[in-house]
Amino acid sequence: MSEGALLLTAAAGGRGLALGAQLPALQVVAPLLGAILCAFLRKGVLAWAIASLVTWAMPVVALALLWQVQTAGAISYAMGGWAPPWGIEYRVDALTAFVLLLVSGAAALMMPFARKSVAGEVDGDKQAWFYTMFLLCLAGLLGITITGDAFNAFVFLEISSLSTYVMIALGRDRRALVAAYQYLIMGTIGATLYVLGVGLLYTLTGTLNLVDLGTRLDAIGMTPPVLAALSFLTVGISLKLALFPLHAWLPGAYAYAPSFVTAFLAATATKVAVYLLVRYLYSVFPLVRMLSEVPLFELLVALSIAGMLGASLVAVFQDNVKRLLAYSSVAQVGYIMLGVGLANEPGLTGALAHLMNHAVTKAALFLAVGAAYYRLCTVRELTTLRLSDLAGLGRQMPVTLGIFTLGGLSIIGVPGTAGFISKWYLALGALEHGWWWVVVAIMASSLIAVVYIGRVIEVAWFRPAATALAEAGRPNAAMYLSMAAFAALTVYLGFATEWSVGLAGRAARMLLELAP
Amino acid sequence: MTTDLWAIGSLVPPGLVLIAAGLLLPALSGSGLWRAALLLVAPLVTLALVWQVPDGAAIAFDYLGYRLVPLKADALARLFATVFAGMAFAGALFALNQRRTLELAAAFIYAGSAIGAVFAGDLITLFVFWELMAIGSTLVIWAGGRGAAGAGLRYAAIHLLGGALLMAGIAGEVASTGDLAFKAMAADSWPRYLILAGFLINAGAPPFSAWLADAYPEASWSGTVFLSAFTTKTAVYVLLRGFPGTELLIYVGLYMVFYGIIYAILENDMRRILAYSIVNQVGFMIAGIGIGSQMALNGAAAHAFVHIIYKALLLMSAGSVLLMTGRRKCTELGGLFRTMPLTSICGIIGALSISSFPLTSGFPAKAMISQGAADAQLAVVWFLLAAASAGVFLHAGIKFPWFVFFQRDSGLRPDEPPWNMRAAMVLFAIASLAFGVAPAWLYALLPYDVAYVPYTPSHVVYQLQLLLFSGLAFFVMLGWLKRTETITLDTDWFYRRLAPWLVAWFAAHVTPHLQRLADRAQGYSNRLLAELYRHHGPEGVLGRHWPTGNMAFWITLMLGLSLLMYYA
Repeated sequence: MSEGALLLTAAAGGRGLALGAQLPALQVVAPLLGAILCAFLRKGVLAWAIASLVTWAMPVVALALLWQVQTAGAISYAMGGWAPPWGIEYRVDALTAFVLLLVSGAAALMMPFARKSVAGEVDGDKQAWFYTMFLLCLAGLLGITITGDAFNAFVFLEISSLSTYVMIALGRDRRALVAAYQYLIMGTIGATLYVLGVGLLYTLTGTLNLVDLGTRLDAIGMTPPVLAALSFLTVGISLKLALFPLHAWLPGAYAYAPSFVTAFLAATATKVAVYLLVRYLYSVFPLVRMLSEVPLFELLVALSIAGMLGASLVAVFQDNVKRLLAYSSVAQVGYIMLGVGLANEPGLTGALAHLMNHAVTKAALFLAVGAAYYRLCTVRELTTLRLSDLAGLGRQMPVTLGIFTLGGLSIIGVPGTAGFISKWYLALGALEHGWWWVVVAIMASSLIAVVYIGRVIEVAWFRPAATALAEAGRPNAAMYLSMAAFAALTVYLGFATEWSVGLAGRAARMLLELAP
Repeated sequence: MTTDLWAIGSLVPPGLVLIAAGLLLPALSGSGLWRAALLLVAPLVTLALVWQVPDGAAIAFDYLGYRLVPLKADALARLFATVFAGMAFAGALFALNQRRTLELAAAFIYAGSAIGAVFAGDLITLFVFWELMAIGSTLVIWAGGRGAAGAGLRYAAIHLLGGALLMAGIAGEVASTGDLAFKAMAADSWPRYLILAGFLINAGAPPFSAWLADAYPEASWSGTVFLSAFTTKTAVYVLLRGFPGTELLIYVGLYMVFYGIIYAILENDMRRILAYSIVNQVGFMIAGIGIGSQMALNGAAAHAFVHIIYKALLLMSAGSVLLMTGRRKCTELGGLFRTMPLTSICGIIGALSISSFPLTSGFPAKAMISQGAADAQLAVVWFLLAAASAGVFLHAGIKFPWFVFFQRDSGLRPDEPPWNMRAAMVLFAIASLAFGVAPAWLYALLPYDVAYVPYTPSHVVYQLQLLLFSGLAFFVMLGWLKRTETITLDTDWFYRRLAPWLVAWFAAHVTPHLQRLADRAQGYSNRLLAELYRHHGPEGVLGRHWPTGNMAFWITLMLGLSLLMYYA
């Protein structure tokens, strides 16, 4: 334990405004303030510096929170001193701390990549605004995770969504505008359904605090209005997390957003939505799991498997590299939701661990694609990256494409990579139900992944090079640092699983009420 | 002090030494001497370490809540690890002047993971090394050059499929028994069927026998030598350990035996002939495993051991010819004995060994499988194996050396290959003869005690008769064997009538059916692909850009559906 963390925890022991006790607020307020600062600075480099400093502080806060949770149990923080359930409560338990660490850690590791990549893809006068939006989005995502209040979560959902629309629209390809517009419509519908669900719950129970909601709903039981609220909430959030067939906004948004934004969204945004759904299904509506008349979990499993296979097959035929990876993301969301739907310890552990494993893997993949795009842009005009543009790039950018290949192996689920670990737990979870065909579906989806990843690898390593590349356009060391960090994590999490499976397992046992 | 060193050495997994050497190799590609030293020393260190591993579990730890045993040895594991390490040494010696470092690095990783798989005490470790082997061997094939890209991809696809089956099987096995240990299993549940299927795909069993002859000949002159040794023999090893006495394996083995013979006879590419012959030889071993008596299992293990040596020898001589002439088809070769006498002699020794000629290593090994069949009162199996032995002599024992080194004069006058390649061939030629002359050395390595005397007068005479007559048949049928498409019918000797008739019948009745089946399968898969493309392609329903209204429609549908389901 470092000296800083010791100080923080020492402070946590004290009362009042001691830093350790205010960490939950800091986790959200710091990026919000950073965003305002960026907006006033108006200079790209300075804004990036501010954004980096704030973003790098976030995992430190998240680690400190994780440590507090592990030593002293769940943290309840009354925002502004208003005691829950009347005031807004920030609540950090094993699951929250895990997702906070995932989101803040992924963002922090990406920041070195951002400077050059964003400078290359976003006009100079818009860069400061870009970092403003980025910090707002980060604040929103962290806020959704940390808040213990249903309506407050909606507010943060809107903050993160609105800033995301802006960031997507900043992409170079003109289709980015359509993609952002479609996401705006869809995101708004999703948020509306969410708020309708929350409204129903509020009229039924008179409370917005999630813990309080859970206990009150327990007393009411699964009456029709509660079921209606459940429907609105699940469909609304499923849209945000791109559950098949509500995924259609995602490929366009990922494909045409700036490279950095794609990587950031792929690693964090859908993950936070999954978190929110898990929170509702397991903490707010614990009765659903017991009730066989409500086939919610069966529905989730069916849709997840349809997504795993359907979206993977679509990825096979894609010509646009980022779109290909986007469909792969839809398939991977299928894996995660499969574990959520399995609703047993290994399945849920696998799902939560896959949040982290997939975030790390996809970040490595999208950053590698971003670096390739960055380099290719210096020699020819490109608005988006087609498969044929990668021809022969393996020999010209061996490190970048090597990282891509490694990430691809993890998507396939080769042992020794992060992707294998989560699939292993998902398979165990399915077998605990005795569902053989689910294991077969997992394997089949992995096989399809071999094909779509193999297509990229074949083009990149075995085709003759399409263009000679300029030396000047090389990605800088900072970009390589980001990529290498995610690549190293992809391998590290394939062997040492304390940070992924260890934390996820603890959260899963808490959710399933197997452990306090 | 030395004992301490050995004690530490006994805890180093031998396979990791080769893998580490393979990873180190690219860094040394500039300096010839260091590279050569690493290539030759690493396999010898591995070989020494193989014999330091004590019996039983040497390393064990917990991972994901399971007990992993990455290093566990017994006589059977040591037998395979020994020949794998020896193979890595001879292969490296043969390939010293292979300029493509990727191939050698991949070959070492491949060999190291094969040894790792042999020492695996649990299914997860086995699976990890299994997949590493698939990656390593694919890279070896890809290093063969541009022409190998497609074959390598097909090879990788088949092996990833095998890996997926194996993984599914292992997951099921763990879920149903809670035990990860790799031990003898009865094929009596779905997980075990899946594991068996995963093993058999690597062994080249039907219906996936074709990957072997498709991929191996596309590797470079040295790559094929490595490839011939590890994948199929690791599969034989895991079957020996996991599924001894599974009756199904007898039939699978017999199918492979005859599949290999028929296709090798029809083939023109010298290395593809030898690749089909691998399927044929592995078929003998798998049949032996299926019989399952101690005699037959010993025979399968011994056969795998000597087969690695003589098949590598054959492929080294074919690789030398390929390197020196640049040609690979029998019809373009011939008469090379004049200028490549050593290569020819080594090739002939390999050919005699594969045909189980007395005083070569094939003789004391293969006979044990037949004896196992005889002891088990499996008359039909014994008879088929005997017939197949004659077929082996026909396609590999005579066809390969005759068409390459003798037959007509092709006008080629290539030199002998460089010294290191000659040295590697001589080394394995001596080994082939040594195990034939002194079978006791071989028998001492086997997992069970051997109470079998190969050199009895009746056995020697029987084998010589078999070989003599099939040799006679070869030369009598030469005209037909040369041009596989046309069949001469104007002679009336027994073999000429029967064998060509069989082949003609096969060509007239079975081949068209097979062709039609293949065409139909192709048609189906094309149609399936077109169908998939229609729905999943970039313009398909699932792949194209959806209008916003469509997305909204799906939301409404999902909402309605979930409401309906909850209230129903």
